[in-house]
Amino acid sequence: MKLTLEQVKKVAKLAKLNLSESELAKYSEQLSKILSYIDQLNKVETSKIDPTYNVTGLSNAFSPDEIRPSLTQKAALFNAPQQDKGFFVTKGVFQEE
Amino acid sequence: MASGETKVMKYEPVIGLEVHIELNTKTKMFCRCNADYFGKEPNTSTCPVCLGLPGALPFINQQAIEDCIKIGLALNCSINEKSYFERKNYFYPDLAKGFQTSQLVLPIAIGGWIEVEDAQGKLTKIRINRAHQEEDTGKLTHRDGQTFIDYNRSSVPLVEVVTEPDFTDTFQIKDYAKKLQQIFRYLDVSNADMERGDMRLEANISVRPVGQTTLPNYRVELKNINSFRFMAQAVEYEIARQIEAHEKGEKLVQETRGWNEDKRVTYVQRSKEEAHDYRYFPEPDLPILKMSATLINEMTKAVDTAKEKDPVKVAEKLVSTGMSLASGASIARNPIKLAIFNEVQKEKSVLDMDWKDFGNFIANREINEENINLVPELTKKQLSDFQSRKSGLISNSKELEALAQEVIDENPGMVDIYKSGKTTVVMALVGGVMGKSGGKADPGKVKAILERLLG
Repeated sequence: MKLTLEQVKKVAKLAKLNLSESELAKYSEQLSKILSYIDQLNKVETSKIDPTYNVTGLSNAFSPDEIRPSLTQKAALFNAPQQDKGFFVTKGVFQEE
Repeated sequence: MASGETKVMKYEPVIGLEVHIELNTKTKMFCRCNADYFGKEPNTSTCPVCLGLPGALPFINQQAIEDCIKIGLALNCSINEKSYFERKNYFYPDLAKGFQTSQLVLPIAIGGWIEVEDAQGKLTKIRINRAHQEEDTGKLTHRDGQTFIDYNRSSVPLVEVVTEPDFTDTFQIKDYAKKLQQIFRYLDVSNADMERGDMRLEANISVRPVGQTTLPNYRVELKNINSFRFMAQAVEYEIARQIEAHEKGEKLVQETRGWNEDKRVTYVQRSKEEAHDYRYFPEPDLPILKMSATLINEMTKAVDTAKEKDPVKVAEKLVSTGMSLASGASIARNPIKLAIFNEVQKEKSVLDMDWKDFGNFIANREINEENINLVPELTKKQLSDFQSRKSGLISNSKELEALAQEVIDENPGMVDIYKSGKTTVVMALVGGVMGKSGGKADPGKVKAILERLLG
């Protein structure tokens, strides 16, 4: 299974990774190898087997609609690299017009 | 514009709608944090689950699932026997997890319909593709090149209702939105207030030559528009813009546009060139949903009961008390007036009420109060106003006395006859007072006043 350079670039973009030309070449080869390995699963006959979404075998694991205590604002923001007046802060993410 | 000599190609819009409804459950979709984020200090209603902290495990809110089933049933959908959640992956800080928990392959409800009116009053069936359960995102504020995040809204239950591209004009869109809003309200699953963001409309619009039956190869998504009116304006603008582009032979592309209210134009928010690839896959942390026949029966009954609150049905019931069609429809649309009317109907002391008159009276009253808790007081006031109007001057005997004196002064002959002992002549004087009052006096009371004045 050989991934095209375009496919690798797309995966990198979706993962928000900026790759250099040499990295692209290197990862193309590695990703292709990984996929080829995983591809062995396609040889298994699965047409009569229900997909496994979940390994617990449970269904309808509901919880009643009753309020439980939340974290305090201080605790919620405890590990935030940047915060201001109770908000988490990141670099700007939106450009309009 | 068409000169009549050149052949002008006619175009028609193809429009589909996506509506997001925030449910009014007490807690969030996958954790038991308070879901009421309105007016709260930022990040005071969060926990490891809705903050997407490592190792946190989600728990499904049962009430939300039931609400979603009800929405599906009210829109004539079938409920999938088996349904499950999936991860919709994307990088954007409005959800800290890196994905939104949503549904793709097996949503809760599929294949429904609703009838909407066009400008001519003609009803058209709009097919509902699905109603699925998902979660809301945190609220982002963009300022000075930075983004400020409040996760109080993160993971509040959201239901998405998606139609097929069956709309052809904005009148149908407005009617659809209004009908959905009524449904959400009578089901009591959401406040469905657009300005507060409880209900959000997105329209997918493209334009094709009349006669073409296949869908165009592009569509423009209109997003982030928070009122019926602006949505209608944005859709009108977009239809005109796209027809013009077609006529000029320009190529239209897949993109997301918003509405600029000041300039009254749509503008590009996101071009689909940065192709979305959400890589949906089943959520391994949430067991599947199995909808038993018992549950669906129960929900169907709940929907049927709630439908009694449908304004159309309520109006029919009101009209059956004798009030006019217009009054019935007006009261049915006004929750406060409806509550007052129902309250009065419950009162035993007014059993001999003229419901026809009272209904028309309430329908025509100006009641601007919106606080439902004030209904008992409002009811007392309306009832006494109605009764005093109905019985005219009963509550104001001074005015009655003045009228009676007038009649006495104007009829000295009759007064003499009365004083000579022929007291039955008082009825003629009563008639005089009744005439002056425009029929709004109580004859018995008038008689008593006259007898007193005549000594």
